[in-house]
Amino acid sequence: MAAWTLIIIAVLTVAGYIVGRTRAQALVQGGTTSLHSLPSYHGLLLASMGFAAAALAALVVSLVGSPNTLLMPAAASLLGSAAIAATYPRISGSFRARNSFESLVKVVLIACSAVAILTTIGIVFSVLFESIAFFREVSPFEFLFGTHWAPTSTPASFGFIPLLVGTLLITLVAILVAGPLGLLSAIYMAEYASRNLRSVLKPLLEILAGVPTVVLGFFAALTVAPLIRNTGEGFGLAVASESALAAGLVMGMMIVPLISSLSDDIINSVPQALRDGSYALGATRSETIKRVVLPAALPGIVSAFMLAISRAIGETMIVVMAAGLAANLSFNPLTAVTTITVQIATLLVGDQEFDSAKTLSAFALGFVLFCFTLILNYVALRTVQKYREQYD
Amino acid sequence: MTDAFIAKRYRSERMFRAYGAVALAIAVLFLVYLMVDIAIKAWPTFFEKSVSLSITLDPAKVDKANLAQGDFSALLKDAMRAQFPEVTERADKKQIAGLLSVGAADDLRDLTVSDPASIGTTIKVDALLNDSANLYLDGNVGSSGLDEKEQGFLNALHGKGLIQSHFAIRFFTAGDSREPELSGLRGAITGSLLTLLVTLSLSVPLGIAAAVYLEEFAPKNKWTELIEVNINNLAAVPSIIFGLLGLAVFINFFGLPRSAPLVGGLVLALLVLPTIIIASRAALNAVPPSIKEAALGVGASHQQAVFHHVLPLALPGILTGTILGVARALGETAPLLMIGMVAFIVDVPKGFTEAATVLPVQIYLWSDLPEVAFQSRTAAAIIVLLLILFSFNAVAIYLRKHFERRW
Repeated sequence: MAAWTLIIIAVLTVAGYIVGRTRAQALVQGGTTSLHSLPSYHGLLLASMGFAAAALAALVVSLVGSPNTLLMPAAASLLGSAAIAATYPRISGSFRARNSFESLVKVVLIACSAVAILTTIGIVFSVLFESIAFFREVSPFEFLFGTHWAPTSTPASFGFIPLLVGTLLITLVAILVAGPLGLLSAIYMAEYASRNLRSVLKPLLEILAGVPTVVLGFFAALTVAPLIRNTGEGFGLAVASESALAAGLVMGMMIVPLISSLSDDIINSVPQALRDGSYALGATRSETIKRVVLPAALPGIVSAFMLAISRAIGETMIVVMAAGLAANLSFNPLTAVTTITVQIATLLVGDQEFDSAKTLSAFALGFVLFCFTLILNYVALRTVQKYREQYD
Repeated sequence: MTDAFIAKRYRSERMFRAYGAVALAIAVLFLVYLMVDIAIKAWPTFFEKSVSLSITLDPAKVDKANLAQGDFSALLKDAMRAQFPEVTERADKKQIAGLLSVGAADDLRDLTVSDPASIGTTIKVDALLNDSANLYLDGNVGSSGLDEKEQGFLNALHGKGLIQSHFAIRFFTAGDSREPELSGLRGAITGSLLTLLVTLSLSVPLGIAAAVYLEEFAPKNKWTELIEVNINNLAAVPSIIFGLLGLAVFINFFGLPRSAPLVGGLVLALLVLPTIIIASRAALNAVPPSIKEAALGVGASHQQAVFHHVLPLALPGILTGTILGVARALGETAPLLMIGMVAFIVDVPKGFTEAATVLPVQIYLWSDLPEVAFQSRTAAAIIVLLLILFSFNAVAIYLRKHFERRW
């Protein structure tokens, strides 16, 4: 019946438009100047009235969940035609159809932009409720300061510290790779590269940024990890086959384009006058960059790094495919560690019962992850905004 | 003294410049290494090996009236054994027949069904070999797991010129399978299409409407600021969190079906919405205010000025941003794992509420399987995904170059 309802709604909308328009045209016999609004606005108003009423009726019926399948199309057509019929007599030369229609449009636009807020509320509530349920079973103290994570064993233990250490370890490796590479690339692109070189390099970095993380995860697990392992064995080091180093390295390469494009923008927005002043004092290019441009761009670069850290902490696929599952509390990048995102993914894949602490713990982890990244993003965005105001 | 000082400064200048060049070179080399490595791994998948056999469609074994029950497998096995009349041991005969894929019998059945007149005659068939034989013939002797006898049989067939290599159209027309040589991407590509359809039809209207409101109509107040902060923050929320949202809200609260493209599309729509809004706002902002002012000056209402004049001029930019956002949605995996699109699904999905998987999730699933042959399938699926993504990006670049106006 859903298809029939949709057809009825569509028919009512089109019919409303035609009826309204024809009526307005008929009123003035072609001389539209004596109308307040163009005939098409009368049509649009009737059409939107019909659409809104019919859609509302259909929605209400589907929410009530009536077993009578004929009720939905019937209610939609009845209410829709009633709305059109009610608006129809108002059509006259002085009727402000455009104003009415435009206020309707505005309401729709506001509703659309409110979806962003609804999404945030949805995220907060979905992780919050399950987290509260989780903390009823496991004390927050044990969760935040426990050093043993084993959600599937009996008795289960939910110490979050090994995951935090694992996440930070991989993030550290990633930032140690991406920080220098991204920043130096940005400096080279902004200050040294010719226009031609730039037009080649920039799309290449964009391609790297656009490679899906599942692809990078595959590459990390099947190519980089064995490479590191064999190299390590050559030096007589014992390297785990799912080492934090492999996941961190590839994650670092994923973040290079992010840092480089953000820093590039920031370096470019440093006023040329600052550079010219430095050159006039006899400084070389690199001296100008190191002593003038970078200090001026520092707040922006710091925020770029914060966004990069937040991306690394929240990255899932690379670590799911290339990092380990066992929660080892280790600071050695050559061992296998696990991360918050890996645990969320492994706990929630497959069938879940929503009354077990095991499933709920994934939401608690999600809550922690959301808070982490939210703080990082918020501070980073604030820093950028503050900094931009300086030179505008 | 001064000369030495200046020389030192110039040296450090050259060093600094070289650091930058090296950093960029590392990034580009990584990209090239990634692509080449995956392309090399993927290559064998695009060509499947089969053995050409002469098969007599004996009416005693293949009943014309009941083709579905015909023992095509036995026909193929006999034809394979006939290639090695000198082999008499039961175990060896079994090995020879075992080199064929289990899908070969289905292929032969389909062939016979499409041409029933061939029953009773002798036809030439290319019978698909199994994953191990394919690996061995591609040169992976060690990982194929074949013993010396099996290798000998394959070498003998190869020596007779019976081994054929064809473009593996099956990889695009078949659904998922437990047998590496029979698995294909059709289900995943269909799932991706359905999911993307939901994502597009939701995120594009919503995103453009929100951008138009925030850029053109919104008053400067707390409410507007709240929306803007929200959008900027959402753009940087980890994608896996959106998966938790989908699981808790769409599946548990609203009771929508798990693993369905409908839910996947909804989650991805919310995920790319901030991207589309930000890109659309930038495009709207780039249209000079004089356009709007001219429209207002000749008596257009505010909305007429925006919808009739500003929006059409901003549309190419909006489209570019939308395509890039959709490309991101197409490569997204993590949130879809949360909502159960990670099941083994053989059938090609036929609707928005049927269980389905998508291309990136299929890649993740295959990469996890123990069979060596799936490594190459995974790499090949990655190549397909990357080609789709690159064509999206190419369209976006084309639009940007040809339709975007500089004012």
